[in-house]
Amino acid sequence: MVLGILTAARGGTGFLDVTLKLLEGFEVTLLLFALTLVFALPLGLVIAFGSMSRFKPLKYVTRTFVWIIRGVPLMLQLFLVFYVPGMLFDLQWPTELFGMPINSRFLAALVAFVINYACYFSEIYRGGIESISRGQYEAGQVLGMSKSQIFFKVVLLQVVKRIVPPMSNEVITLVKDTALARVIIVVEIIMAAEELMSRSLIWPLFYTGVFYLLFVGILTILFGWIEKKLDYFKA
Amino acid sequence: MSVLEVKNITKSFGKTEVLSGINFSLKQGEVVAIIGSSGSGKTTLLRCLNLLERADGGSITVADEVIYDAADTGRHSEEDIRKKRLNLGLIFQSFNLFPQYTAIDNITLAPRLALGEAIKNKTVPAQEKAERLAAITQEAELLLERVGLSDRRDYYPCQLSGGQQQRVAIARALALKPALLCFDEPTSALDPELTGEVLRVIRSLKDEGRTMIVVTHEMEFARRVADRVIFMAHGVIVEEGPAEDVIGNPKSDELRAFLQKASDVNGADDKNTAK
Ligand SMILES: Nc1ncnc2c1ncn2[C@@H]1O[C@H](COP(=O)(O)OP(=O)(O)OP(=O)(O)O)[C@@H](O)[C@H]1O
Ligand SMILES: [Mg+2]
Repeated sequence: MVLGILTAARGGTGFLDVTLKLLEGFEVTLLLFALTLVFALPLGLVIAFGSMSRFKPLKYVTRTFVWIIRGVPLMLQLFLVFYVPGMLFDLQWPTELFGMPINSRFLAALVAFVINYACYFSEIYRGGIESISRGQYEAGQVLGMSKSQIFFKVVLLQVVKRIVPPMSNEVITLVKDTALARVIIVVEIIMAAEELMSRSLIWPLFYTGVFYLLFVGILTILFGWIEKKLDYFKA
Repeated sequence: MSVLEVKNITKSFGKTEVLSGINFSLKQGEVVAIIGSSGSGKTTLLRCLNLLERADGGSITVADEVIYDAADTGRHSEEDIRKKRLNLGLIFQSFNLFPQYTAIDNITLAPRLALGEAIKNKTVPAQEKAERLAAITQEAELLLERVGLSDRRDYYPCQLSGGQQQRVAIARALALKPALLCFDEPTSALDPELTGEVLRVIRSLKDEGRTMIVVTHEMEFARRVADRVIFMAHGVIVEEGPAEDVIGNPKSDELRAFLQKASDVNGADDKNTAK
């Protein structure tokens, strides 16, 4: 009984306690993952168009930016995004957004992830778009379609089909990359598990792997389903 | 009345001049075959006609409308170019069907998009939409029947043979009712046993009275179907006239050499098939 009180004071060490604690961390992991996708997927398309622009300065600026973001460790980018505004401009990350309280560290991590992943996605988009044969565009042109009609009605779905495999790779990598957010003290699942080590528990750290595996398993099934859905045509 | 009037078209890629002053015209219902060795500029000419390539000089008139004039340096809006393009249809060597759409949808896509735009611009009242869409589909079904593919209406391009794909591509071009149809080696990407079905369709279009330009390596087809044959070499028209005269009685050394080579190739093919 004494032991029980002690454990309670230190926080639970039972399987259920640990699971609940880890779930809290995993919630942060999932939120970072989902919000990164929400913003980085469209932003990546904008960057892709920039990097394919016929306006040379825009093209080179965009490609240089992509080169830098892809060339520097994400971990470093996290540090930079979180600390540099305060160091150089005396700006602090807000703790409130549109009247809602928000974890400023989480916000900084999100911004870093969005920029980083948008650049990776942009290269996947670019590869996909550039792989569509000129004949598809020209067929649309001679049929009197506008540029945007050709893009949205002819090219886009073919691009989607081609980029599903590289996208699924990148998205699965993102699931695991979210763990990097801990370097600016965002308590995602691994950091949550590490906090349990102060209760002399090592096994929760390994237990986190189960969460990742389950989630990646779900994503794998999802992407497999999408690939199957697009199987009806060859592009 | 001339459907097409091509005046002094020139085109260079960098320093290489590919077309050096092409002049010809087409009367209503006339079929012209363009022959010539590889690199003579046949495809480039068709691309200039269809405004996929901007000619450096010269002008193009289709059905009395100037669709291109190199001397006119004013900027033309995309809208304007799109409209002018619709005077012509182009059928590619490699079909270029849209893989994600069925045969019927390949044919109706452009007309449906045009209808959507017309409704947005209020040139077509919105309440006519359903009726017009039905008309587009019906028209496309007739075209499919026309090219002998009614039973392939809902097939995707990957489920069709090359010859069938090319016939869908022809129907797709016809759906926009162009005044002039251009074919760029429509059978060159096909297995020999599939060329016949496509050539038959083109021939039937001639019987319907359509005006067409066919770039082809099929001399037999040119001789039998074309009213006129144009022989191109190094960016100029070297010989031009009734098919029998040009192919049957070549005047220039270049055409003689070209026909000799063409018949050698065909002869070799015949021997292969005889085996
Ligand atoms: N976009 C381009 N840029 C540079 N050169 C080009 C381009 N398109 C065509 N050419 C050149 O123009 C010349 C004529 O090409 P074109 O495709 O018109 O010939 P063709 O008569 O259609 O030949 P083929 O019978 O092989 O189809 C060739 O020398 C080709 O290399
Ligand atoms: Mg050619």
